[in-house]
Amino acid sequence: MDKTKKKRKRLIFRSAVLVLLLGLVAFAVIGNLSKDNAVVAEGEEAPNFQLKQFGTNGKTMSLEDLEGKGVMLNFWATYCKPCEAEMPYMQKLYPKYKDKGVEIVGVNLDATKMIVNKFIDEYDLTFPNLHDEGGQVMDLYNVGQIPSTYFINEDGVVVEKVVGPLTLEKLDSYLQQIQPKG
Amino acid sequence: MGDLVTISSNLLYAAFIIYLVATFFFGATVGTKKQDGKSKAGTIGITLTIIGFLTQVGYFITRWIASQHAPVSNLFEFTTFFGMMMVFAFIIIYFIYRLNVIGLFTLPVALLIIAYASMFPREISPLVPSLKSHWLYIHVTTAAIGEAILAVSFAAGLIFLIRQIDQTKKSKHTFWLEFVIYAIFSTLGFVLITTAFGAMDYETKFEAPLDGQVVTMDYHLPAIAGPHDGESVSESTIGPLFETPEWMRGQEASSKFNTLLWSLLTGLVIYGIVRLILRKRVAAAIQPKLQKVSPDLIDEVSYRAVSIGFPVFTLGALIFAMIWAQEAWNRFWGWDPKEVWALITWLFYAYFLHLRLSRGWHGTKSAWLAVGGFAIIMFNLIAVNLVIAGLHSYA
Amino acid sequence: MNRIKCECGHVNPEGTVLCEACGKPVEGNQHIDGNEKDKLLNMRYEGSARRSKTYNRNLVDKTWNFFSSVKVGVWLIVITLIASSLGTIFPQEMYIPPGADPATHYEEQYGLAGQIYYQLGFHNLYSSLWYMLLIALIGVSLVICSIDRVVPLHRALKKQKPKRHHTFLKRQRLFSQTEGDVDIEKFISRLKKQRYRVTRQDDSILAEKGRFSRWGPYVNHIGLIIFLLGALLRFIPAMYVDDFVWVREGETVVIPSTHGEYYVKNKNFILETYNEKENERFQAALQQEAAPVPSNYQTNAVIYKRTDPRVVGAEPELEPINEAEIRVNEPAKFNGFALYQSSFQQNEFTKMSFKLHETGNEEKVLGEFTIDLTSPKTEYELDSGARVVIDQYYPEYYLDNGEPRSKSKYPKNPAFVFYVYPPGEEKPEISFAGIGMNIDATGENDYKLNLAGFDTRDVTGLTVKKDYTLPFLGIGGLIFMIGVIQGMYWNHRRIWLQKSKDKVWIAGHTNKNWYGIKRDIEKVIEGTGIEMPEDQQQLKG
Repeated sequence: MDKTKKKRKRLIFRSAVLVLLLGLVAFAVIGNLSKDNAVVAEGEEAPNFQLKQFGTNGKTMSLEDLEGKGVMLNFWATYCKPCEAEMPYMQKLYPKYKDKGVEIVGVNLDATKMIVNKFIDEYDLTFPNLHDEGGQVMDLYNVGQIPSTYFINEDGVVVEKVVGPLTLEKLDSYLQQIQPKG
Repeated sequence: MGDLVTISSNLLYAAFIIYLVATFFFGATVGTKKQDGKSKAGTIGITLTIIGFLTQVGYFITRWIASQHAPVSNLFEFTTFFGMMMVFAFIIIYFIYRLNVIGLFTLPVALLIIAYASMFPREISPLVPSLKSHWLYIHVTTAAIGEAILAVSFAAGLIFLIRQIDQTKKSKHTFWLEFVIYAIFSTLGFVLITTAFGAMDYETKFEAPLDGQVVTMDYHLPAIAGPHDGESVSESTIGPLFETPEWMRGQEASSKFNTLLWSLLTGLVIYGIVRLILRKRVAAAIQPKLQKVSPDLIDEVSYRAVSIGFPVFTLGALIFAMIWAQEAWNRFWGWDPKEVWALITWLFYAYFLHLRLSRGWHGTKSAWLAVGGFAIIMFNLIAVNLVIAGLHSYA
Repeated sequence: MNRIKCECGHVNPEGTVLCEACGKPVEGNQHIDGNEKDKLLNMRYEGSARRSKTYNRNLVDKTWNFFSSVKVGVWLIVITLIASSLGTIFPQEMYIPPGADPATHYEEQYGLAGQIYYQLGFHNLYSSLWYMLLIALIGVSLVICSIDRVVPLHRALKKQKPKRHHTFLKRQRLFSQTEGDVDIEKFISRLKKQRYRVTRQDDSILAEKGRFSRWGPYVNHIGLIIFLLGALLRFIPAMYVDDFVWVREGETVVIPSTHGEYYVKNKNFILETYNEKENERFQAALQQEAAPVPSNYQTNAVIYKRTDPRVVGAEPELEPINEAEIRVNEPAKFNGFALYQSSFQQNEFTKMSFKLHETGNEEKVLGEFTIDLTSPKTEYELDSGARVVIDQYYPEYYLDNGEPRSKSKYPKNPAFVFYVYPPGEEKPEISFAGIGMNIDATGENDYKLNLAGFDTRDVTGLTVKKDYTLPFLGIGGLIFMIGVIQGMYWNHRRIWLQKSKDKVWIAGHTNKNWYGIKRDIEKVIEGTGIEMPEDQQQLKG
């Protein structure tokens, strides 16, 4: 009948409009809640970059060079006290994990090379440290606070992101997680 | 240059006096038989109003030339401009409806606003970088015109209420109507008391802690409320009666609070005297003079003013404001108190229009809304600038 | 429930209050517009059938009918109004002093009231979920209210006929009855002169003008909806970028949030203040200010585009695309992005020069050297053969429990530990020197380093903005203005005339400005013998 058909049509129209509006409201709510999320999150692929390495006369290193290895990326600076505190732990575990296919890479945010070179000498750091002079990689990884550390597995996926200082035990267990299998 | 500034301020004085005289002529039309603009007093009234307006335009132009930027960039300049636009809005409405009584109510409000403006520093002030934008002038002037037209709706609403409210018995209506009149008297009180003590060059100083430092606070009125934990450093014998509450902070908070108290008290005194002379409610005394006014027509004027003013207000206070904010601060909306109150004003008039158009609120209800809308505009002009203050605290 | 057939033959949808064609009140529906109590008919929606209260059975209809109520819409406006005012009692979080902890700031500044304000989340009211939901609900109400009213109103105005039912005419606000002869032709020609559209049906006349103003409210609602949708687009990352970058004079840095594609160089930062002599007109105002009043903040900048295949961090190849003077109110624009002058820091050190002389005799100079504070050398050889070696460099020196450290990488308070090797000597003397400091570690140094000069530079703070939502907001605002002007500055006026054997009825209606339509009618009936309609509504108060 014409009458029920019309009623049906109206119901469909109203439902469609309401669903559309509900969708928009939901979009707004989700947008509002997820405003401050980081760009590189756990479970995502770590974006590539290329930086000059300290102590190599301007040789560069990129994340792609370390393909197939587990990589720990540590963002740090000389003027950051907690960064300084965790340096010895990293240096201590570095030789052991390097043999197991895990590379520790420091990304330094200082402006002055001389200060960083002195710091590396003082702590006898042997793992590679890269100079992010313009803070570009920091921007790419959306690092706000230092130290910040990314643990990346052999497939290039971020397994863990740690903001703030690490203890020796924690560092050890995170490094185990990104140790390549087989 | 100096001469031009003098000419400019003289023109403003002249305009003020011409408006005042015009008000008396409009007053003379009330109660007479003729209600359309045909009465002689009415013709003189509107002629004077136009002359006064042109004189004030002369003030505006000379000041513009002297300062080399549009004179709407501090509290004095903006408020004066607002008063001028109110007269302008009245002239437009007059030529649509030819109602002298609107002049009798609009001009005194405009006069009070101009007088209020003159209580603020009148020097030509330099523009900080964020104010150097043509969008600022466009935004501020359009917003002022919109608000001025809405103010005519207030005047009409007030006439309607005085004309229509039953004064034979006490009610909420009579109470609030007297309250509105008292608020107008308080503004007058502010002007009088500030002028009086200003003429005497009165000053008293306090030292009080502010953010961990002891600062000196200047009062230009005798202290009723002194600064919190403040100590008088002048030899003035009149001590504060009590201290400003602790949460009122800031260099000038307590002196502003003191001024507010003075205004309210002076307003109360004026109201008391008027009430004593009249021996009845002020509105009840005016009511018989308005018997010739058609309530239907006044109701329509009030609504018409909102329907003309609302689009102008939207354009000036919201849209142009957003364009300027986008250029100056790279965000078109920043939830600054002044912005929020412009939004509140807009929402309120949207509410007014919806109630009137969709729910049939006419007459008394609509008149009260017109009064309420103007109260919000005044709150934004006075309270937000002086009390809350944000990015717009320059003016 | 059946459709209602009027006696004029027109079939109306159910819920109709006044027949769409002839205006005869439909029996049993008068309560909808409150017509039973009043002499005059409520003409707000032409008595058309709006939302039907009969279909209220399922959730969809119930929700629909809820939002289609103007009452609900008006309440939403009031609640938003009150909520908005609450947020202005104390400053919002973004306006409290930078670095202040909101958790304690509100309580310290405003006492208990401040603490409650903070606890309730009012310090971030306008970005709170509930406030946003409130705005969203207004949006929903706007859409549904408009759909529910514009369709039946359009129908009713399209279907209206010149021939009206007598009750419809008699119950208009403006109505009169004339007995005797009238000049209808003159009446019509006058109407046309007043720019009325006249339609005639037998002895009935309908004159109408300004109908389009009836669509104003719906047009402005569409504008508002577009504006709100535009505001929603901000949540799509590609549509909206808001970032910030500090650039030191002489430095070229990558512009954040451009995926490393654009770089900016700060050639020069300029801060100008008003000078009393040059600006005589401001003299009085300037004398009252304690601090100089700024007149200009400006960055002379060059914007570059990166041309090599981008790998983040690798040395870029740059090509200048835009040389700009960025001022407040005058942003630099490039490829959808805009750089705004937002902030600055003055006087950061760039170079320091030291002079080496004998202790106690400043005339005996062994040479001078200049340190570039961003890339200092480890060793400086002086003309006299003396050598100065930098042992430690603290760009922003401070004492941390007696131990010298740097607060940041920026040379805001540079200090050095120098090893000074006098000519021919192998054993260094140790000196500590900085701004306003010169400490001889042993107290036995034969030579002293004196600060001979320094260079400084300014740092500019630029906001990086990309906002593709602006066109939507602009179009929304424009449509709103068009709608609101269309609805407010024009009126929909109608005049009906009906002639029977010995009587002429005339009725008038306008959606507003009754004064105007009365003047119209006065003009058109002049000399036609038609009596001026009476205003049947007189406000009582």
